[in-house]
Amino acid sequence: MSDEELLSDSEEERRSAAARMFDVRRVIGGLFVVYGVIVSLVGAFDGAGALDKAQGVRINLWAGLAMLAVGVLFLVWQWISPAEAPASDDSAGDAVENGEGDASVR
Amino acid sequence: MDGGLRLDLNWLDYTLLALYFVTVLGVGFAARRAIKTSVDFFLSGRSLPAWVTGLAFVSANLGALEIIGMAANGAQYGIMTTHYYWIGAVPAMVFLGIVMMPFYYGSKVRSVPEYLRRRFNTKAHLLNAITFAVAQMLIAGVNLYALALVLDALLGWPLWISIIVGAAIVLTYISIGGLTSAIYNEVLQFFVILAGLIPITVIGLVKVGGINGLFDKVRDSDLGEAGLHAWANTGSSDNPLGAHWLGIVFGLGFVLSFGYWTTNFAEVQRALSARNMSAARRTPLIAAYPKLLIPLLTVIPGMIAVVTVQGLGADEGDLVYNNAIPLLMRDLLPNGVLGIAVTGLMASFMAGMAANVSGFNTVFTYDIWQTYVRKERSDDYYIRIGRIATIGGIVVGIGTAFIAAGFSNIMNYIQALFSVFNAPLFATFIVGMFWKRMTAAAGFWSLLSGTVVALATYLLYLGGALPFDTDLEESFWGAGLAFVTVLVVAFVLSRFGQPKPDSELRGLVRGLGGVDLKGDVIAGDAAWYRSPLLLGGIALALSLLFYIPVW
Repeated sequence: MSDEELLSDSEEERRSAAARMFDVRRVIGGLFVVYGVIVSLVGAFDGAGALDKAQGVRINLWAGLAMLAVGVLFLVWQWISPAEAPASDDSAGDAVENGEGDASVR
Repeated sequence: MDGGLRLDLNWLDYTLLALYFVTVLGVGFAARRAIKTSVDFFLSGRSLPAWVTGLAFVSANLGALEIIGMAANGAQYGIMTTHYYWIGAVPAMVFLGIVMMPFYYGSKVRSVPEYLRRRFNTKAHLLNAITFAVAQMLIAGVNLYALALVLDALLGWPLWISIIVGAAIVLTYISIGGLTSAIYNEVLQFFVILAGLIPITVIGLVKVGGINGLFDKVRDSDLGEAGLHAWANTGSSDNPLGAHWLGIVFGLGFVLSFGYWTTNFAEVQRALSARNMSAARRTPLIAAYPKLLIPLLTVIPGMIAVVTVQGLGADEGDLVYNNAIPLLMRDLLPNGVLGIAVTGLMASFMAGMAANVSGFNTVFTYDIWQTYVRKERSDDYYIRIGRIATIGGIVVGIGTAFIAAGFSNIMNYIQALFSVFNAPLFATFIVGMFWKRMTAAAGFWSLLSGTVVALATYLLYLGGALPFDTDLEESFWGAGLAFVTVLVVAFVLSRFGQPKPDSELRGLVRGLGGVDLKGDVIAGDAAWYRSPLLLGGIALALSLLFYIPVW
């Protein structure tokens, strides 16, 4: 399979890339889950002042829940379709050739 | 409320801000461990998937000037500001992805100047590398200055402290993690910016009674009915932007926009770090979709500000148009989302500056140092030079921030920079990529003469010798004259010289073959929804469609 040859020309490069890919979704997901929890908790207890300022919209609660949802989505995405294992030499690239999962996340 | 711009941040907002910076620096350290080669440092190992590079592509443009400036334009000109997105960005991004990217990515160049070296000669290469490095430093200074202005206004930090703190943070994460860190943070910033801006639009619209309420109120404001149309009355210059449709289509939509999006290495670099040809071509196309929608978060808040903030549009002080977004944050956001919005704004300033600095360090290291100063050293050596260039670039950026501080309108300053640096480069590219008979000497001399003409136009205008009505008119004419100069010089000189043989131009010039669009495909790239033509076509159709309700 010609794809395989093209892909295996730089094992090193792809493994470090995979390790980093693993990170970006976890970083976004992690930060947004933390933001979401903090902001929606604050929003649940917002006083009249905060509500008046935001034209009666409980914006902290809604924004917090939305951020939480986005964060969870990224974590789930990363969990369902994990990046290639950075440590093992032989398995790197297997997932690509098997066509498993969403190739766009690697 | 005293009308001042100071935001009332509390411990909660500062916690959210601090969490962001801890995360950003954490990414830098994590990325550092993954860096093994200089390609890793400068181009992220050419390994990133298209959605990451696409979001980084749009985020690199979503800097300080973009958000603050476009909201200000939204307040000042209304709906016509959407021209900067729907005709001034999307067509150029689609052109880059479909037509130009095969030459950039396929020729395996690491930078825009390197393309010029292979297509023309080392003189054209060195000229462009130097002007690019200078332009990036000047623009980095503008971004840094804008960041400092807002820190000063929002948090009460003195200007010089804000400049130095901003520079220190950008320095830390780029120099530690290289481009990977910059790109990852751009993706992260993209989401934080959205999280910060969306609540402003939502609460603002609630306040004015939805989109219909907003349009009714704009009709009654000084902006009036004209502020609600994009193309009406563009047969003359009797419209808020003062622009004829020819000027909008050719000046903004073609010369300025194509020049910016297709030759600005800070942007193109994002696509070069994609993992294969398909992902590289999809990078600007994926970026076009968020770009289509960003007016909702910049132009609409600008219009909300003009109808809700009494007296907005003052010549100076806190009520200048530039403060539209900060004023809405002050008026509408309670602590919590306020902290997110401040974080998003600071993230966007850093995105712009980081894009300039990472573009600068790549071109400095590969195109100037490695090519002309110290050849054939080890990879480690060039990574070290890249880190030193980053530090040097940021120090120079602090200096140019103080230059930018000397201009009363930084948006005009930056437009002038674009007309001088990008328009001649784009013209040279477009001729060189499509006309194989253009000679190497023609490449160098047309680029040089175009740059000189644009610079001379600007300097003569500043000196009062050329009586343009507005700065915007000057940058359009400067860009247009530079474009024509390049075309004329290129055609005349090419008649007298010997073009390079076809064999040397394969993969660099259209019609000679040598560009392999399919060679490096991986599983999934053949899917119909990843076709560049389809993605580009839909983006163009949407940009037309979006104009219809606001014709």
